[in-house]
Amino acid sequence: MTANAPTAHPYMANSVPDIKQEMLDAIGVSSVEELFEQIPDDHRLKRGLSLPKQLRSEAELRRHLVDLLSKNATCEQNLSFLGAGCWQHHVPAVCDEMVGRAEFLTNVWGSPSSDHGRNQTWFEYCSQIGELVKMDMVGMPVYSYGCAAGHAIRMASRITGRHEVLVPALSDPERLSVIRNYCEPDEMESHIAVVPVGYDAATGLLDLDDLKAKISPTTAAVYFESPSYVGLIERQGEEIAAIARANGAETIVGVDPITLGVLKAPADYGADIVVGTTQPLGVHMNCGGGVGGFIASRDEEKYVHEYNTLNISIAETERPGQFGFGLSCAHQTSYGMREKGKDWTGNSTYLWAISGAVYMALMGPEGFREAGNLIVAQAHYAAKTLGAVKGARVVFPAGFFKEFVVNFDDAGTSVEEINASLRAGGIFGGKDLSSEFPELGQSALFCVTECHTREDIDRLADALQEVLS
Amino acid sequence: MSGNGTLRNYHAAVWDEPVVMEMGHHGRRGMVFPDIDEAVTAAVGDSESLIPEEMRRHDRPALPEMSEPEVQRHYLHLSQETLGMMGVSLFGTCTMKYNSRINELIGARPEVAETHPLQHEDTLQGTLEIIHNFDLILRELSGMDQFVFQAGGGADAAYTHVCVTRAYHQARGQLAQRNEIVTSIQAHPCNAATAAAAGFKIVTLMLDDNGYPSLDALKAAVSDRTAALLINNPDDMGIYNPDIKEWVNIVHEAGGLCFYDHANFNGVMSKLRARELGFDACMYMLHKTFGTPKAGGGPAVGAYGCTEELAEFLPCPVVTFDGETYHLDEDRPNSIGRVREFWGNVPQIVKSYSWSRAMGAEGICEAADLSVLGNNYMEKRLLEIPGITKSQPHLNKWRMEMTRYSLEKLKEDTGVTTFDVANRMVDFGIDAYWLAHEPWLVPEPFTPEAGEMYSREDLDHWVDVLARISHEAYTDPEIVKTAPHNQAIAKIKAEPLEDPEKWAMTWRAYKRKYGAGKET
Repeated sequence: MTANAPTAHPYMANSVPDIKQEMLDAIGVSSVEELFEQIPDDHRLKRGLSLPKQLRSEAELRRHLVDLLSKNATCEQNLSFLGAGCWQHHVPAVCDEMVGRAEFLTNVWGSPSSDHGRNQTWFEYCSQIGELVKMDMVGMPVYSYGCAAGHAIRMASRITGRHEVLVPALSDPERLSVIRNYCEPDEMESHIAVVPVGYDAATGLLDLDDLKAKISPTTAAVYFESPSYVGLIERQGEEIAAIARANGAETIVGVDPITLGVLKAPADYGADIVVGTTQPLGVHMNCGGGVGGFIASRDEEKYVHEYNTLNISIAETERPGQFGFGLSCAHQTSYGMREKGKDWTGNSTYLWAISGAVYMALMGPEGFREAGNLIVAQAHYAAKTLGAVKGARVVFPAGFFKEFVVNFDDAGTSVEEINASLRAGGIFGGKDLSSEFPELGQSALFCVTECHTREDIDRLADALQEVLS
Repeated sequence: MSGNGTLRNYHAAVWDEPVVMEMGHHGRRGMVFPDIDEAVTAAVGDSESLIPEEMRRHDRPALPEMSEPEVQRHYLHLSQETLGMMGVSLFGTCTMKYNSRINELIGARPEVAETHPLQHEDTLQGTLEIIHNFDLILRELSGMDQFVFQAGGGADAAYTHVCVTRAYHQARGQLAQRNEIVTSIQAHPCNAATAAAAGFKIVTLMLDDNGYPSLDALKAAVSDRTAALLINNPDDMGIYNPDIKEWVNIVHEAGGLCFYDHANFNGVMSKLRARELGFDACMYMLHKTFGTPKAGGGPAVGAYGCTEELAEFLPCPVVTFDGETYHLDEDRPNSIGRVREFWGNVPQIVKSYSWSRAMGAEGICEAADLSVLGNNYMEKRLLEIPGITKSQPHLNKWRMEMTRYSLEKLKEDTGVTTFDVANRMVDFGIDAYWLAHEPWLVPEPFTPEAGEMYSREDLDHWVDVLARISHEAYTDPEIVKTAPHNQAIAKIKAEPLEDPEKWAMTWRAYKRKYGAGKET
């Protein structure tokens, strides 16, 4: 083949000169260029694009990508204790199989009849989330945990007609930044004020006195998480919800669904709206690209008619005895009402609803219970073991799930330096909290899951011992 | 090639698969975990004692109890009951492309899947290099100065833009005054919706006879209250606004920013650039134009790019390169912060980079050519089918990569609606087409988009199916109105979906409303 005879591109069936010519002939034009007649000449780019060399051979392309990616170090090659919104949980092989199925992977919209299996899977995802949180209404996933919280706060604001939300001061700065963007700067007319509520210095739990001092008839919602950003199980849920209710505010609870085999369902301690992450449900960390969020509530019109999500309802078909799954309350979204719709709706993280459905069906009630017990035990073992290392102190020593804070002020060194030393030994230490929460000093947030072994934890403790000695 | 030609037989898989909540048997397990190490228990005690009593769960969540192969088979069946792109999907506005298998294999590698966004940047140099190099590719395609990938979709990129717009005007002390966003009725609804969610008032321009809003309408809408223009071009009827440079000038003179929603980029890639048209920012949807899978609605990426002037407001972190090492730049005091946690759907960015490299400059140019050629090739044949007309029929220039059609005539003649036709298409293994965003400007609309992947034979097949359905509508309309007939299930009843007494978004709600195990 000479350079003058172009090779057809493997991704483009019509990139064959005679086919193009026949198509041009069929519509009676002599060159493709004529088809761009709508674009004024002075709008056109007068040169070719300057891009890196084309790699149309799959062999060449694969080699290039693998070479680039080999510069990464992974949480498989290394021992990682990073969490903070993106967690290393086991992803069942069947989850990977299903999200790789071309039918689930490449579809878009479709129809309830032709994409019945996907719609049913989506319904099964929502149904299983519903059982974990004990809520009858679950929308399709949103972009992330923080985005779910943002939308829920906006829902609460519309429901109550109020423009203030109370959030824990000890919140994930990532999620809080998202929430702040959803609540707008105060120049905007519909601004929702984000007011932090302090925490008890000993327990890390929400300071109820501060909550009572700050809540008022202008409060749309109280938002808190369990486990919280720093891993703590918020055991005052019932009291917080009662305080919110007494002030006419909604209670929004953020949860990590992997906890819900062993932790009380949020509906059972007074949540009105439940949000959370979907990433632990069978999704790889993907360098943060595995995150997703959910929104759930009671099945009351007051709530359902405020969802920005697409929602999938079971419904009869025209054939007696047969059921299908279709969009419900879609008109209230921006697809139906543009700027009058609820927030906005668009592409989201629906593939992770597929893995979530598979994950929860594989887990069943016993899987969630077993995983929860294992994680809690290992996390406490890790906290106890690390806390015994000279120079290390567990800041909130009890009542956490998989994450806990370790302080190194007594070690006379910084988290940054400690993590650098650990990294040299193939360990990714906890997330550095020192700039986020200066009041916690040189502290790091460690995460332990079912993916860790007791030996992994001992290895971390030994390495820390060495670093701090 | 006529409507009476022989078409391939097709029937969807039918499994009558029960809802998973009804499946399984008490005691079965699909996934088990290691026993807790004895040394762990010895050190910390029984795990239940570690959970505060008032927060312990005492009931079992009512999830199915199934073995692993039962779960696998259930979801394999459901995947088979999903048409996806197994046939020909020309879903307009979504730019259906080949989602290469190699990209899926690369994205699943541990160097992508098993990495954490809070790892030290030294351990993520490969990913950061890919992101930076892809940023450079998008800069060349657009003329913008910096791209970020945090937005989880096109709408989220529009939201990013309105957040950047707020920060820009806030920095100038003008945000309270500049509270209006100008857009057009033919811009994607997410532009108006995200701007409204960000607290702006929306000014929507209607179309004039040319198929786009007039300059006079724009001039009347723009003022010292204008914060930004959010606009696409071409629109999804295939009409290009030739006044767009003047539009941008008018908005700039009034002090507003201009955002180019490149939803319909496929037909103009390599042909023009946002920068030269004067825009301050633009957005590409990697799950559409750049070859990553749609996955039924994400994970997606809205790649947002802007000029140097706006870069200080971009969400953090921004991937930078100092000539030797790649960095995650968080030290940007005027940044809007986060629109979503972390720095984007990394596997999708890697896949888009891979697609761009596989295509190269020549492939991208050819893809634009083929998508516009394919659309106009189809248009000629579609307009020969009884009952089909196109939007703005008086505009006789070649359309871009999409054309909006109308079945108003077909409906008048036969009573068959565009919904009926969409439902009948799937009986031939053809994905239901895109109609149009609401509000419909064209009655009974439909909007195919040929793209560059499908062969001429595929495009002909699609048109043949539509021709057959038109013929059916004129000769045996019931078969179309009662479609589908060859699918996993029949048409679902729409009314219960909007009835609070009957809708059921979860199995819990269904059981409560219909009684356990009761047939709907």
